Amino acid sequence: MTDAAVEIAGLHKWFGSFHALADINLTVTRGERVVICGPSGSGKSTLIRCVNAIEDFQRGEIVVDGVRLTKNLKRIDEVRREVGMVFQQFNLFPHLTVLENCTLAPIHVRKMPKAEAEAIARRLLDRVRIPEQADKYPGQLSGGQQQRVAIARALCMNPKIMMFDEPTSALDPEMVKEVLDTMVELANDGMTMLVVTHEMGFARQVADRMVFMDGGQIVEINTPAEFFTNPQHERTKLFLSQILK
Amino acid sequence: MSGAAYVRREPAPRLAPPLTQVGALGWLRVNLFSSWLNTALTVVVLALLLWVLPPLVRFLFIDAVWSGSDRTACLATDGHEAGACWAFVRERLFYFIYGSYPVAERWRVDVFFALFAVSTGWLLWLDAPRRGLAAIVFFVALPVLSYVLLYGWPLIGLPVVDTSLWGGVLVTVVVTAVGIATSLPLGILLALGRRSEMPTVRFFSIAFIEFVRGVPLVTVLFMASVMLPLFVPPAWSPDKLIRALTGVMLFSAAYQAEVVRAGLEAIPRGQYEAARALGLGYWQMNALVVLPQALRITIPNIVNSVIALFKDTTLVFVAGIFDFLRTIEVARSDPKWATPVTSATGYAFAAIVYFVCCYGMARYADNVERRLARADRDGGRR
Repeated sequence: MTDAAVEIAGLHKWFGSFHALADINLTVTRGERVVICGPSGSGKSTLIRCVNAIEDFQRGEIVVDGVRLTKNLKRIDEVRREVGMVFQQFNLFPHLTVLENCTLAPIHVRKMPKAEAEAIARRLLDRVRIPEQADKYPGQLSGGQQQRVAIARALCMNPKIMMFDEPTSALDPEMVKEVLDTMVELANDGMTMLVVTHEMGFARQVADRMVFMDGGQIVEINTPAEFFTNPQHERTKLFLSQILK
Repeated sequence: MSGAAYVRREPAPRLAPPLTQVGALGWLRVNLFSSWLNTALTVVVLALLLWVLPPLVRFLFIDAVWSGSDRTACLATDGHEAGACWAFVRERLFYFIYGSYPVAERWRVDVFFALFAVSTGWLLWLDAPRRGLAAIVFFVALPVLSYVLLYGWPLIGLPVVDTSLWGGVLVTVVVTAVGIATSLPLGILLALGRRSEMPTVRFFSIAFIEFVRGVPLVTVLFMASVMLPLFVPPAWSPDKLIRALTGVMLFSAAYQAEVVRAGLEAIPRGQYEAARALGLGYWQMNALVVLPQALRITIPNIVNSVIALFKDTTLVFVAGIFDFLRTIEVARSDPKWATPVTSATGYAFAAIVYFVCCYGMARYADNVERRLARADRDGGRR
């Protein structure tokens, strides 16, 4: 086993004739927290969606936890099991309770006994500080609570890597903090994380490396300290000057 | 101006609504007489009701003949035309229900009706416990049990009753129930097929759906009952009823597929992505995440097509099968009951039975719809 959790090499992706990702090379080591930022349409979300094969790609190679992504569906499911994903729009299952949302995949994908899955789910709901909501339906929860359920749901699969696709962008401002706090805790526990976000405070606090994307390409990879105080690329400087006032 | 600030010192009092807003008077005003056009329409509808209802009530109840043993009871007496001949319906009621099913074996049909009612009720009651089990009972156990019960199995002491003897409400219920129980699963598969990423699967689903939708049910039934025997040897040719059932199933499946597809289209892409991201496979994703949501929002439309199917079952007569309407057709031409009002009575009875059943189903669909709207608003259990 290598030390790399995710290895992306020479990745290209097209949407029709639109070149959405161009020559992406990025390696995430185990336990590392990588924050990806950049203007909208720069391909950040597309990139992490390629990592668990929600999007396909035309050229290049992605190896997740030692498994190379191919068209082989079995392999893809194998990868998805080990990669937790949190979406901008939460994407909780509205017809299931919070607890059922969390136990669905462990029971049906990991073939875990129901009682065990529920015990784990309750523990994780406790960890994201909403144990009392277990029997409610997602529609009865606030946005921040729903996103924390989504985090718990992903964690229930005991993933080796967690990916976040703009997890706070759809939240009311007063709920952003509760979700970020949960993510910081997760980072402090040593989880390997790949986070697409505009929350620069969060990035500064937890990121080991910053990745800046523009126009489907990685423009700059740097340590947070260098990235925020001494950005190298002109495009990065412009972006940061707009986002940090 | 004494400054821009305004501060309310006392809360505005809560007043009762004006009299024209509430109560019977308010209702009349809002619903029946809100404008000149509305008032005119109200008057026209009232006049229409006054014109139609009294003769109808007179025929169905006041002048109706409730008892008697043959046509003489329902003939005009001293120039006074008789109303509905309910005596005729009463005498032939068992024929309308069972057809020519042997009298000694009719308890089997009654047991079937009871089983059918219980399992349907269980499936339709959205808060019922163990609804997953209810679905298995309805779609798997009930058909097998019903077949054994109705057709017979000499090994366990149930003599065979040939399907040519079946008739009346029994056939109508069997055709409807089998039609739904088989066409809904098939329709779901076709709907999934139509959205499949595999071109061949998609092509065959679309071809089947579009072909069947382009052909009237009568044609399908004719094909099943007349053309099929021309192609396969008689020993192979299945039972008349089974052929008709197959026709109904295939026909209805194409419509169910489109209904289900509409439900599938309504499920946001994020649901698929979240299911996929958790590692659920294609069938798990559909069975656990997509279909439970899609079918629930589709229930009103599924019921709508059940209503259509229920009424379409009357067409199986072209295959020589005696459904409920057909038994009335046969009975009304019986010389024993030949009177001027027999046909009208028979048809009135059929209309009432069909209306009660269909209206019941429509009310159910309505309730589900309101419940879904409530869940959408409050975010609770759907």
